[in-house]
Formats: sequence, structure tokens, C-alpha cells
Amino acid sequence: MGINVWACVSIAFIVLGTFYLGYYGSRTANTTRDFLVARRRVSAHQNAAAIAGEFLSAASFIGIAGLVLKNGPDELWYAIGFTSGYLALLLFVAAPLRRSGAYTLPDFVEARLGSRGLRGIAAVITVAIGYIYLIPQLQGAGLTLNSVLPWAPDWLGIVVVTIVVVVNVLSGGMRAITLVQAFQYWVKLFAICVPAFVLCVVFAGSGAPAGSQSLSADGSPVFTQDTTVTLDQSVKLRVERAIWLPEVHGVVNGVRVDGKAYWGPSEQEVAAKTSLSFTAGTPVPMVAGAVQDNADWLRPQSGGLPDLFNTYSLIFATFLGILGLPHVLARFYTNPDGRSARRTTLHVLLLLGTFYLFPGLLAALSRIYEPQLLVTGKTDAAVLLLPSAMIPGVFGQVLGAIIAAGAFAAFMSTSSGLLVSLAGVVSTDVSRGRVRDFRWSTVFVVLAPLLAALLLRSSDVSLGVGMALAMAASTFCPVLMLGIWWRGLTWVGAGVGMVLGGSMVAVALIGNIVSGYTGNWAPAVLQQPALITVPVAFLTMIIVSKATSRRRPEDVNRIMLRLHAPDPLGFTRDRDVLRFGEGQTDGRHRRLAIRPRLRSRRSSSSA
Amino acid sequence: MTGDRTPEQPSTELVPVESAAVRKPQRRKKVVLAESKGSRTVAHTMVELEEQTSVDEHLVRSLVWAQFRTSFWMAVLLIVTIASLPMLFYLFPGFGDLMVFGIRLPWVLLGALPYPLLYGLGVWYVRRAERHERDFVSMVDR
Repeated sequence: MGINVWACVSIAFIVLGTFYLGYYGSRTANTTRDFLVARRRVSAHQNAAAIAGEFLSAASFIGIAGLVLKNGPDELWYAIGFTSGYLALLLFVAAPLRRSGAYTLPDFVEARLGSRGLRGIAAVITVAIGYIYLIPQLQGAGLTLNSVLPWAPDWLGIVVVTIVVVVNVLSGGMRAITLVQAFQYWVKLFAICVPAFVLCVVFAGSGAPAGSQSLSADGSPVFTQDTTVTLDQSVKLRVERAIWLPEVHGVVNGVRVDGKAYWGPSEQEVAAKTSLSFTAGTPVPMVAGAVQDNADWLRPQSGGLPDLFNTYSLIFATFLGILGLPHVLARFYTNPDGRSARRTTLHVLLLLGTFYLFPGLLAALSRIYEPQLLVTGKTDAAVLLLPSAMIPGVFGQVLGAIIAAGAFAAFMSTSSGLLVSLAGVVSTDVSRGRVRDFRWSTVFVVLAPLLAALLLRSSDVSLGVGMALAMAASTFCPVLMLGIWWRGLTWVGAGVGMVLGGSMVAVALIGNIVSGYTGNWAPAVLQQPALITVPVAFLTMIIVSKATSRRRPEDVNRIMLRLHAPDPLGFTRDRDVLRFGEGQTDGRHRRLAIRPRLRSRRSSSSA
Repeated sequence: MTGDRTPEQPSTELVPVESAAVRKPQRRKKVVLAESKGSRTVAHTMVELEEQTSVDEHLVRSLVWAQFRTSFWMAVLLIVTIASLPMLFYLFPGFGDLMVFGIRLPWVLLGALPYPLLYGLGVWYVRRAERHERDFVSMVDR
């Protein structure tokens, strides 16, 4: 029960720290500009930490290690793809996007293409991407709380994260969460690098546990001690070599079993709530789809041509998807100018690169110490459970609690970033964009993903993120790339391309969910649609824009000048200032501003 | 043009806020820090650029083109270096069994090496992009 106490303490610490920083950051937040773009005063370093903190979601913190544990080093392409996505953002988008002076992504679309209708479409797509991204974050929070506190129901983590995030966003919008996200990046880095160092030292000191299968040996991992596994969900297990199970209680292949079992090389359908016992030395039967052989697992591209296709479409989706993610782009509006937007992205590359050194390491250790996760298929829990599997006793529990705190920070920072960007879009596009509207939008926006997270079945945490990336890559990515670098883009072309690309990804997503309930018939293309949808969206935009070239904005040359002119020339016009006014500036100036008014009132009353 | 290179140094021609407020409380003055001597010529250039004479339009086009070329070639470099790895592993499976410092080479290539490379590319790009911008400023700031 020790782990419960430590994990409770660390998670409570993170939650309280988040509350405090949100409160601290939002003391002087009182204008629309504070809530939308943190008054555009965030320095490059702080913004970079906030972006990295926002981006390192559950998928990065626990998802990548889980996937590597299951499928080998090919899954490290997620981490590489994410980081190179930021390089693409730096190369093609960062500075011009900031110089456009927009305050949300739909606002950029309107500023560039001059169409209110298109702005509406962009707003709808922003909300769609935000929801697809937010739901797995909330579900991941439930899973994390559930793995460190077994008595906690799944909904508890979801509700806790939602409450913390909503309160912070209500109190200060972008202003509040900037500080929170920057803090949470450092929490996450600490929470992954300290356990990784300690566990590596332990591993180097004591070596692999007795009886374990070497990672380079042929054959699957083996249980190092007698293990009993209880399944939460039904799984399909692939057995490569015949094994004896001393005790099985539950339903296997539709037949009730209580007692010993012999499984020859076969596939076994094991129902939920079945408990399976294995003796030490038994090869681990794995969920279908996992790489069985350790030697194969260690080698990249061992799955042949389909694997190669998957890897390339993953690289493609992440490389282009990052530069269309609305909640990431929203953070770039908070920089003072285009040059600092560039510096920010550069610094993000450094911060992400440092973080991504660790998941692969932890995954390799998990493969040695936690083979039972390959039976249940809950590989996302690998990082969370690794310390207590490697170091029995209090020390392991403390390390586990640190990792749990980091994972919790991951859910909170990503969800708060998503919520701010969604509330910003809804409040400025649906209502009038006052602070009050922003607050109402926050509450309104969070309801749907909260319900969905509670009701939908949780799949691998990374799948939702992959779909959001595909959606972003096939809608906003072409609009940004063409809008920034090509004068010929028209609002008709952009609209048709976005709707087409977006709806194709939506079809793929729905197909995936349906196939998940009706026997996994979906082909690989549906799981990784970007390789098809992105080129389609690009081509559609170009062709339709060429056909409707009379609809080009008349002042396109001036817009291009504004997007690309160096900052000292002073072309940037912040559209939020134009729409909402400067608002009050910070405390000192506000006092100065009040004084003349008081004086005039006094003089008028005396007169 | 010096205004963009030394933004840290506040101009010595600041309007003292306090004394102005004491003497003339009616109107508040706009205090602009760090936009020194160049600002008048820049304002002039801005008007010219906004009016889009053919020369200026050409200047802007060439800036956009130069920036795009840099970005594009950086992206190509990235694809050639990093995105060729899966193909390499696929075509030469034996490559995956090499060892470096007791770790399999692919794990080093996929787990650690891309990040310094990406950062280096980023630094290089930012330098070049800012050089293009300085050139543009010095060109329009006649």
C-alpha cells in the first residue's frame, strides 16, 4: 500500500503547484488580450518551455515507451517525427505566422484570405482537432491514476484533471497557463530523467534478473518468476511455443476454464477478468500484433514492406501534422515578434530532444523486467510500473510516484493548452470575445470531451494523437504552407481543400472506431491516412485556387509583405489590438491612467 | 541601419515620463524604447513599400523567394539525412546488428543522434533566415 501514499503525495503536489502557478500567473490578467495571447509578452525561453510542456502529452510521456516495448525501435519514429515536426514549423511557419498578427488560427485564415465564411470552417476544424486530441489526454489521466492507485475508478483521474485545468483556464486563460506549462515541462523532464538514470545505474549494477531472456537472443521474453496476470479487457494472445499454465480461471476461447491448461502454438481468445498463472521460465504469450521474438524486436524494420510503409506514413504525418496543430500554434501568438517566435521554436527543438532521449531507454528496461504487460496489452503502463518492478521497497515506490507525477503533469499541461486554444476560438468566433465570453466558452467547450472520455472505450493513447495529427496535416498544414509561401491561394481553394482533407480523415477515424467494435477489419491505410489525405488536400487547394484565381485577395502583395517583412520595419499589426483594443496595461500604467480621470472628476465636482 | 541590431540599448532620447506628467498632466506621451534614429527612415520606407512600386514589389518577392529557398533546402537536407534511415535498415538488415559502445547501432541512430542533428539544422536555418532579413532591411533602408 506504500505506493498509494507516495503517489498520492506526488500527484497532490503537482495539482497544488499547478493551481498556485495558475493563480500567480493570472493575478493581472483582466483583458481579452491576456486570455487569448498573454498580451504577446512571453519571452522566447519561457514560451519554448511552455510549448514543450504543452506538447509532451501522455502520448510522449508514457505512450512511446509502451509502443517501443511492444513493437521495437521503429516506434521511436514518433519521437523523431514530433521533433522534426517542430523543425518544419521553424522552417515554414513560425515567424510569418506571428507576423500576421493573428490571435487564433481561424483569425490567421481570415487575415490571409479575407473570408469570414472560411474563418467559420477553420473554427469548426480547430474544435474537431482539439476534441480528438483532448479525449485521449483525459482518458490517459484516468489510466494513470488507475495504475498507481488501483482502487481509483477510471473516471476519477478524468474528473480531477478536468477540474484543475478548467479552474486555471477560467482564472487567467493563456496568461495563467503559460507559467503552468513551462513549470510542467521541467516537472516532466525531471520525472523521466531521474528515474531513468537511477534505473540504469541499478541495471548496470545488478544486471538482468536471473533467468531472463537476453534482449538479443532468439525467442520471446520469459517470466523471471511465478506470475499471475488478471486481464481487464479481453485479448487475443499469440502463443509461439507450447506452454503449461498451472492455473487458469475464466473464459478462454469461449469455454469456461478452472484449473490447469496446456496451450500449443496457437491463438487464444481470453475474455476479460480471466486470471492466468505462469511459472518462472515460461515464454510470454503476447497480445496479437506485438513483436514476439527478442532478436526481431531489437532490430529496426524487421516487419518487411508493410512496416516500411507504416514508418514512412508515420514520419509524414508527424512531420507535417505538428505545423497544423492549433493549440501549438496558439502559443506562437504570445511571442512579441517574428524573430522571437523563431528563437522559441529553436529552443523547443533543444527541450524536446533532451526529453526524447529517455523513453526508448525505459522501454528496453521494461522489456526485461515487465513481460507480463505484454500479456495484458496494457503497455502504456510500462513506465509507471517499471521502478517498482526493478527496485522492490520504498525507493522503487518513490521513483514510481515521481513518474506518476510527471505523467499527471503531462495530461494537465496538454489539456490546458488545448482548452485555452479552443475557448479562444469559440469565444472570438461564436461570441464577442470579451473575457466573460472566454470564461463561458471554456465551460461550454470542455463538456463534450469530458462526456466522450467517460463513455468511449480507451484504445492506445497514441492513436487519438495520431488521428489529430493526420487531421491537422490534411487541413491547416496546406493552408499555412500555401498561404504563407504562395500568392495564388484563394479562399475557395483553401475551403474546398480543408473540407475534403478533414472529412477524409474523419471518415478514417470513424471507420477505425467502428472496426474496433466489430472485429478489427480496418486496413493500415485507415489507421494512418495522412499519406493519402495530405497530398489530396494540397492538390485540391492548388487546383481550385488556380481555377478561381479572380478571388485572390486584392491586397495579397501587402499581406505577403506583412508576413515576411523583418520585424524592425514594423509592419506587424496585431489584429487582437485592432479588434479588442489595447486593454489596460500592467499595474503601474493603470494607476497613471486612472489619476487624470480622478483629477478631472474632482475638478468637475468642485466646479 | 542600426535599429535592429542593438535593441537592448535604450535610446538616450527618452521623454522623461515623470516630469512630463508633472508639468503637463493633460496629454500622455507615447514612450517608445529601443527604436532609435532609424525609425524615421523606416517609416518612410514603410510608406514606399506599402504603396508597392514595382521595385519594392520585386524586393519583397525576392525576400520571400530567398526565405523559401532556404527553408526548402533545409527540409530536403532533413529528409535526406533522417528519413533515409528506415530505407537503409530495410535494405541492409545486417546494418541493424552492428554495435556501438555496447548498444545496437540502430538504437543510437534512432534514440539519440537525430536530436543534435535537428537542433543543428535549426540553428543554421535561423542564422540564414536572419541574414536574409538584415540584407532586406539594409536594401530598403536607403
